[in-house]
Amino acid sequence: MWQRLFTLIRKEMQALLRSPQSRRLLIAPVLLQLLLFPFAATLEVKNSTLAVFNQDGGAASIELVQRLAATQAFPQVLMLHSQQEMQQVIDRQQALLAISLPQDLSRKLAAGQSVAAQAIIDGRRSNSAQIAYGYALQVIQQFAAERSHQLPPARLVVQNLYNPNLEYRWFVLPSLVAIITTIGCLMVTALSLAREREEGTFEQLLVSPLTPGYIMAGKALPGMLVALVQGCIIAAAAVWVYHVPFSGTVGLLIVSMLCYGLSLVGFGLLISALSSNQQQAFLGSFAFMSPAVILSGYMAPVENMPLPLRMVSAVDPLSHFIIIVKGIFLKGYGFAEAWPQLWPLLAIAASTLALAYLMFLRRSH
Amino acid sequence: MSLSLRRLAALCRKESYQIVRDPSSILIAFVLPVLLLFIYGYGINLDANRVRLGIVQQDGGVEASRFVQTLQASPYIAASLSNSETAMRQQLQLGSVRGVVILRSDFSAKVRQGQGAAAIQLLTDGAEPNTANFVASYVQGVWQLWQAQRLPGQAEPAGLTLQARYWFNPTTVSRNYLVPGSISVIMTIIGALLTSLVVAREWERGTMEALLSTPVTRAELLLSKIIPYYLLGMAAMAMCVLVATLVMGVPLRGSLWVLFLVTSLFLGSALGLGLLLSTTTRNQFIAAQFALTAAFLPAIMLSGFVFEIRSMPLAVQAVTYLIPARYFVSALQTLFQAGEIWPVLLINLLFLLLSAAFWLGLTAWRTPRRLDGN
Amino acid sequence: MNPAMTASTDAIAIRLQAVSHAFAGRPALCELSADIRRGVITGLVGPDGAGKTTLMRLMAGLLKASAGSICVEGLDPVSAGDTLRLQLGYMPQKFGLYEDLTVLENLRLYADLRGVTGQARADSFERLLAFTDLARFTDRLAGKLSGGMKQKLGLACTLLGSPRILLLDEPCVGVDPISRRELWRMVSSLADGGMAVLWSTSYLDEAELCGEVLLMHEGRLQYSGSPQALMDSMQGRSLLLQDIVGNRRQVLQRALRSPAVIDGALQGHAVRLVLREAGVLPDLASLQAGPDASLQRVKPRLEDAFIDLLGGGPGGDSPLTEHMPAARLPDGVDAEAVIVAEQLTRRFGDFVATDHVDFRIRRGEIFGLLGPNGAGKSTTFKMMCGLLPVSSGEARVMGLDLKKSASQARQQIGYMAQKFALYGNLSVAQNLGFFAGIYGLSGASQRAAVADMVRVFGLQPFLAMNAGELPLGFKQRLALSCALMHQPPLLFLDEPTSGVDPVSRREFWSHINGLVDKGVTVMVTTHFMDEAEYCDRIGLVYRGRMIAAGTPDALKAMVASAELPDPSMEDAFIALVERDDRQREAT
Repeated sequence: MWQRLFTLIRKEMQALLRSPQSRRLLIAPVLLQLLLFPFAATLEVKNSTLAVFNQDGGAASIELVQRLAATQAFPQVLMLHSQQEMQQVIDRQQALLAISLPQDLSRKLAAGQSVAAQAIIDGRRSNSAQIAYGYALQVIQQFAAERSHQLPPARLVVQNLYNPNLEYRWFVLPSLVAIITTIGCLMVTALSLAREREEGTFEQLLVSPLTPGYIMAGKALPGMLVALVQGCIIAAAAVWVYHVPFSGTVGLLIVSMLCYGLSLVGFGLLISALSSNQQQAFLGSFAFMSPAVILSGYMAPVENMPLPLRMVSAVDPLSHFIIIVKGIFLKGYGFAEAWPQLWPLLAIAASTLALAYLMFLRRSH
Repeated sequence: MSLSLRRLAALCRKESYQIVRDPSSILIAFVLPVLLLFIYGYGINLDANRVRLGIVQQDGGVEASRFVQTLQASPYIAASLSNSETAMRQQLQLGSVRGVVILRSDFSAKVRQGQGAAAIQLLTDGAEPNTANFVASYVQGVWQLWQAQRLPGQAEPAGLTLQARYWFNPTTVSRNYLVPGSISVIMTIIGALLTSLVVAREWERGTMEALLSTPVTRAELLLSKIIPYYLLGMAAMAMCVLVATLVMGVPLRGSLWVLFLVTSLFLGSALGLGLLLSTTTRNQFIAAQFALTAAFLPAIMLSGFVFEIRSMPLAVQAVTYLIPARYFVSALQTLFQAGEIWPVLLINLLFLLLSAAFWLGLTAWRTPRRLDGN
Repeated sequence: MNPAMTASTDAIAIRLQAVSHAFAGRPALCELSADIRRGVITGLVGPDGAGKTTLMRLMAGLLKASAGSICVEGLDPVSAGDTLRLQLGYMPQKFGLYEDLTVLENLRLYADLRGVTGQARADSFERLLAFTDLARFTDRLAGKLSGGMKQKLGLACTLLGSPRILLLDEPCVGVDPISRRELWRMVSSLADGGMAVLWSTSYLDEAELCGEVLLMHEGRLQYSGSPQALMDSMQGRSLLLQDIVGNRRQVLQRALRSPAVIDGALQGHAVRLVLREAGVLPDLASLQAGPDASLQRVKPRLEDAFIDLLGGGPGGDSPLTEHMPAARLPDGVDAEAVIVAEQLTRRFGDFVATDHVDFRIRRGEIFGLLGPNGAGKSTTFKMMCGLLPVSSGEARVMGLDLKKSASQARQQIGYMAQKFALYGNLSVAQNLGFFAGIYGLSGASQRAAVADMVRVFGLQPFLAMNAGELPLGFKQRLALSCALMHQPPLLFLDEPTSGVDPVSRREFWSHINGLVDKGVTVMVTTHFMDEAEYCDRIGLVYRGRMIAAGTPDALKAMVASAELPDPSMEDAFIALVERDDRQREAT
């Protein structure tokens, strides 16, 4: 029977690779997203504008402004001349942050008294604004510390493990391995069955000596293969083009990709079993993917979600796989560290495949 | 192009019946948006409230204990205590904690020594850069507080401080910021994805052929697709706004008619794009793929919805100028959280108008009157 | 009458001059010239892929001809499209109905689109609903109508606005014979009223009834004129070999080997032959048809003429079975009851698709399920193959229920699905390799089986082509070869010759005949009445029930009467249905 399974898989791969349109659909989204995501998907604050209303003309304040302007996060500094302008500049989203330095700043600092500067933050873009505020705060505190000649009782030494410079790309690209393979694998699996039904060839398969189990396996394995290939391409691009470090082993990466692929095809087959044509299968995959990506922890951490969503995230295979991939790239994961995330993948795979098989049996009647 | 109102009304009626009687349209237009609204609103929470922090306290002294207490008292920190550095590092590696504070055995002694010899070591999980930033800034806040509390009688440390005030969205609930943006994603799904299937379906089912053999004009064909889906889009928009404001508590400070105007113009672009794809590809599957790539993906990645456009490289920023979702997101974020700030709104309206005119115009030009093109 | 129409009283409604059309380099029509008159039904006749739909679309202004000129009612369809569309009614192959709309909503839509309003609309609706007998179903969704009703509704929508020209693209495909006759009557009366009607079909028996025909094959016009004239030209060349003793299939094979015969087909217990020349008969003795066999002249059919135009039919010998061993059934299987259905019933909710059907098929027999679309043939068929569960009753193949049996049982079956389900975007070679593989052929045996099929069916030039792009005749051959590579003793064929040209159909049946001679058991479904002649026994299926079963001749004999001494299969079908309806009402 192995030979028959091999025939099925061979046919699937032939169907995938034969038409130029199909080949394009396998490669183009991968390339497009590989080029787009690392550049677009960033929560860092760069190229931001800082607005400053310097009501004090003293030496201290001028130096402070220069220090702020020298920060990488604020290549542009807008000098303002009134309180009204401060408001306007935030209203019109011309600056993320507006700082006003009070009139007596230099004098008070020289006298060793405490003085407070005011920052107005654009709450509409709260995440970036808070980060920007953090940068500005650091500069100001540094400045104040130098001025006061007072050593703090203890220094705070911050060390970012695994990603010392908090390079956003090192976070995005491993996650991308997970996300892009999701799209490819799911589409291939969900659509292939729907297409066979539409073309009428599904009946031919049912009438043949192939049992439903074999037919399902014949649909599942190509999806996993696609996931593996696409994942490897992206991983390779991450390491050699974007210079993301790779501290784990390739073997573990491949094993986890296969486990992940297995859990995905379960969903793909389930969607396919519930759809009666290609369009429904496509929309179904899409409807599954959007929440799956959001709840995976890619855009925002899982621990921030309310309990019901965290529970959904626990059954989202993507959330487990992202942790493994990031671990392999950045944290030197070995099998022991990856296991707490691998076994949920296998459990999800087992349940969805079983469910898909049952639906498949029912649907094929 | 001539237009007969009677024919147009008949076609619109036909389209409406088809929408109402097809469960997958209703699913995509009403069920999916509400689902996505909740998921975007509650799922993407960028404010790291209560980060999980591990504390390695190897010194039992007063200074260390006081620091640990201050950490534990912070409303932003969920602390777990241990005396094993290796155990905590492993927790960090597995992701159970997002940061580890280490106070070595000589901490209290060195503090008493003065001269800044003592060090509080903070390890953050660099694999989660955004969270790492928050962890650092929370611990920094605790550090400042601890310094202040050591010297009784002094409310704040001497020297320069920075006081923050949030303009709009004072509680910085990221939901208020994300939900308006997510509405643009939902509108894109309805406007572009749903319509991309509509015309292609007529071709595949053979009804387009029958229509083209009757006296209908191109204008009527096009309008009969746009009008019902526009109304559907607006209905979905109304529902989203209701859910966002009444159920999720997102404030709406702008007026409804401006919201209506902005949405109409954006729907114009989205519908134009969707219909163009449907008309040129004539195949539902391909049209949907293109709609995903050309409309949906940019709406998420390049519209400023989650990822700040200014932080992107200049080349990518230039591309975002071409994406209607960018202007829609900016207008929505302003309207919801700020109100009617006309300089921002006018620019967005202008670009949305141009974009709608472009896509609708292109579609009108490419709508065929024969089976083999124009 | 629409006052905007230019009243052209010219007898010729449509004039085609040297019309050619190609799709991205692939030629579809070649130098076609013809005139289509008012007041008659002109048949546009040819198999699938002949170019009928393309020609109609050109006339309707939906396509622009690559070369040549088309003049419809004095107007060019492309440049004067807007004016022409007010006078033209076009019914495409899928009827142009909106399945989610009710009957009345569909009518209202087309009325609005064609500008029929007010009192004229009310009158039209009343007339059309009566005409089509759909007045009782105005609130039913178009998608829930039967095939025949959909056709009628499609026609009604096309007739709104009183067009002067009616283009009907295969309006009667798969429709039950009763509805087909009604539709024909309706359209005839319209033609008699002065309308120009172009009716496209692939069925030559339908074409015989037209006033004029345009016979097409592979984009070329083979004949234009009166069908009667064409049939008259074949006078004296059609013969019937009757009173055959022995295997009539082998008699047919021998007859086809004779140089005097260009075409032959089975007709009940007799064999119908077409001669190359009138008067030159084949040697009767060499046919070995038995002592009482005699050759009698019969009236020629249009199909005879068409095949003659195409250069004659294929030979009767099938290279397929040259090296095949006799088909062997597994031990313990009763040769008299290889395929059995007992009170077979299938319900979908309230709807009974198959209603207590019984039949038994012997080894080496060809059994046909004959009936219109929607009668329940496919449902019954699928239950026999194990594709659908049975609501009640039994379906046994080789003594086993295929639904529950092991895959070994399925290995004994060859299956050809409706519309030749092949992997359209895989090449011919890849399709063959696939089907050989899943039926357990590998390595050398797979290569040998594939090579054999390629040789027998002439697939060599198409090996690299996508199966979806093959001409219909070759798709059929490919589908058959995919079903046969593992040499099954049982064959299930679902509508195997729909839309195929007569020559390909003959060839197909010669292969089947060859297989049956080796002991293969065949079960076939079809809606094409004449195909019943190829079967040993048929079961007539109508509205889920088997209303009669027996040999084709026996069924015809059941309805033969003084008025109808020589009924066709279609006549027999209609009469048996009416008889059955009467019996039902009586009980």
